[in-house]
Amino acid sequence: MIINFLFAAIKAGTPLLFGTTGEIMTEKSGNLNLGVEGMMFMGAFMGFFVGFHTGSLPLALLAAFIIGNFAALIYAFLTVTMMANQNVTGLTLTIFGIGFAKFFGEIMIRKAGGSPKLSPEFMITISEKPIPVLGEIPVIGKLIFSHNPLVYLSVLVAVICSIYIMKTRAGLNMRAVGENPAAADAAGIKVTRIKYLHIMLGGGICGLGGAYLSLINGGGVWNNSSVVNGQGWISVALVIFASWSPMKAIFGSLVFGAFSVLQFYAPKDIIHIPNAFYVMLPFLITTFVLIFASMRKSKTGSQPAGCGINYFREER
Amino acid sequence: MEKKKNETMAIELKQITKTFGSVVANNKIDLSVKQGEILALLGENGSGKTTLMNMLSGIYKPDSGSIFINGQSVTINSPEDAIRLGVGMIHQHFKLVEVLSATDNIILGAKEKGLFLHKSRSERIKDISKRFGLNINPEKKVYQMSVSEKQTVEIIKVLYRKADILILDEPTAVLTPQETKRLFEILRRMKKEGCAVIIITHKLNEVLEISDRVTILRKGESVATVDTAKTSAKELTELMVGRPVELSIEHPTNDYNENLLEIHHLTVENEEGVNMIKDITFDLNRGEILGVAGVAGSGQKELCEALAGLLPVKKGAVLYQNENIVGKTPNEIIKMGISMSFIPEDRLGMGLAASMGMVDNMLLKKYNEGKGPFVSKKEARELAKRLVKQLDIVTPTVDTPVRRLSGGNVQKVLLGREIESGPNVLITAYAVRGLDINSSYTIYDALNEQKQKGVGVLFIGEDLDVMLELCDRIMVLCHGKITGIVEAKATTKEQLGLMMTDAAGAKGGKS
Repeated sequence: MIINFLFAAIKAGTPLLFGTTGEIMTEKSGNLNLGVEGMMFMGAFMGFFVGFHTGSLPLALLAAFIIGNFAALIYAFLTVTMMANQNVTGLTLTIFGIGFAKFFGEIMIRKAGGSPKLSPEFMITISEKPIPVLGEIPVIGKLIFSHNPLVYLSVLVAVICSIYIMKTRAGLNMRAVGENPAAADAAGIKVTRIKYLHIMLGGGICGLGGAYLSLINGGGVWNNSSVVNGQGWISVALVIFASWSPMKAIFGSLVFGAFSVLQFYAPKDIIHIPNAFYVMLPFLITTFVLIFASMRKSKTGSQPAGCGINYFREER
Repeated sequence: MEKKKNETMAIELKQITKTFGSVVANNKIDLSVKQGEILALLGENGSGKTTLMNMLSGIYKPDSGSIFINGQSVTINSPEDAIRLGVGMIHQHFKLVEVLSATDNIILGAKEKGLFLHKSRSERIKDISKRFGLNINPEKKVYQMSVSEKQTVEIIKVLYRKADILILDEPTAVLTPQETKRLFEILRRMKKEGCAVIIITHKLNEVLEISDRVTILRKGESVATVDTAKTSAKELTELMVGRPVELSIEHPTNDYNENLLEIHHLTVENEEGVNMIKDITFDLNRGEILGVAGVAGSGQKELCEALAGLLPVKKGAVLYQNENIVGKTPNEIIKMGISMSFIPEDRLGMGLAASMGMVDNMLLKKYNEGKGPFVSKKEARELAKRLVKQLDIVTPTVDTPVRRLSGGNVQKVLLGREIESGPNVLITAYAVRGLDINSSYTIYDALNEQKQKGVGVLFIGEDLDVMLELCDRIMVLCHGKITGIVEAKATTKEQLGLMMTDAAGAKGGKS
């Protein structure tokens, strides 16, 4: 029972991990992109659309990643080049992304004459199966080594991003841009290029999170109404919970994943709480996270100092 | 770039012009620096020094004119270009990333091979430090550093990129006499190695001490270039201001002889819970200017903010006519009839609302006067106009956002507003930081005027020469403790310098 619960928590946490990692990459380069929800929606549609037509998982993921890039590119152009307000632009991107996915989702449904379904072969590629040898280890084998391939991909992406941020030269330059673009600029770093690259990279990763939701959580059927449903917003809050570290985000997404599946595993015959409460729970926890985060005062592990502020070299 | 030829011009600027909107910041400026030479760039606030240097470091692009580096005509489009050409600039406001270590800041953006950051990266930093006699802890985070340490990091950063043209924008504004001396030694060593150095400073004695030649800018134009050996402070000032200026600070006396503020065993901690002011006791008299000297970060900021009621007092009492004002809000303090004016170090952050104009900034102190929900702008506008006239504030209109004004003018706006409120205690932190001579004297005069009116002035300062002339008594802070309170007339700069580093005796003397 507990293993099942944790297993489900990991599954539910995976899209959050994608979203959080993507947003961390964006914020570390100094841009607060509130469009995660929208980018995930777009990734969800593109991932499903391409998966539906080609039956290829890599192509589906690539499509989701690219549409995320594209959505983030719009955001980057507006905020970095045109100096638009980051909050407003991000919110707008969310609205745009939801509209985009629902519009084309509707067209897809019309063309398919009913809810489009992924092919059985495709469903097998994305199904959960134990990894040989490792999957046979008791408890751990079931808990950790018997997932669908996207779960491993999300952890891999988070680990790579973490190493990139903390250990590489490019990561250092990117952190500097996020903290103090003027200082980075004076040090000869191409601030604009770095911002564009990481905003787009972050958007792509968010897109993958969306693809996870439509391909895995959707059970192989396109559902036009509630594909992403707030996961993008939780991801934005998770960035704070994870104190801008992809490694901590792995843990954080697990916690939030657990909250979102709690309703199916809570012993209902003992505790009588309306289902709506469980549905609300992740958002409630998100609120508390934000409150505690605002009370925390440390220089490291807090929001990059330049985050949310547009940089213009000749500003005086 | 490679050979030392003394007569090659490291930098030549020809007919450089730069405008910001309708303001001409630089108008056809010529300037040259030889290799192995230190050039001082002198000029009042807003005369275009920093703008000119920013064009060399790639922050701004000139509208017209040409730049030659080592005899080659170049176009500098970005800081990256400047670095490639060997130009390194140390900005007045340091360009460092606070949360990163010294090492990370130094190697930042450096074009080096390898994907990963290696442990061995600090080796070259150590080499450079040794060669130039610099001293830093490479692992220390910038936000934990003193101002002087931060500057050292900036210098190493420039040397690490093998820059042979070094530009320093007011490097000594925040240093103690001892630290300044050390900085000058480093500059001389760089000069010996064939580097070209441009230093911007307002302190004439430093110009005379360190430079070979001086170029003077006035209102965006280059008015003269003179050999340092053949000039004097008086001549430089005249060139800078455009007319003869009296170079001594007045020191009027009065006989108020009345206690205004008594501070007893004050202990203040900062936001991180570290005691920044430790058990200090002193008093401030009516009609006196009490100077507070000390290395940056010795607790000056916390002292000011605690007195102004902005930072909670942990222990101790602040008595105003035998009434304790500790724990009262700024508003309550004002209601007690104490008008305490605080001119903070961070002028645009704490003192004024940067994006509002002068008129609205005047209102910040007056909004609760008058009746009804609406504010009357009329009075504030008149006040703003009066201040512009009185203090020679240079601003296009009284509604121009104050952040567009130059540093000196911002300071005048703030000081003018505070003085207008008729305070009996005036706290000023670094009132003349970054101000040119003319503006500084305007401020000194204004402070003296307040003193003669019976105001107690707490003057947090950094230029000891000025403090010795202006202040009646000088209190020295070191690590949050008082290391001495001395009569300004009966002390010397060297003695103060020693007290600032607590070399004179760590007993913590009292008045």
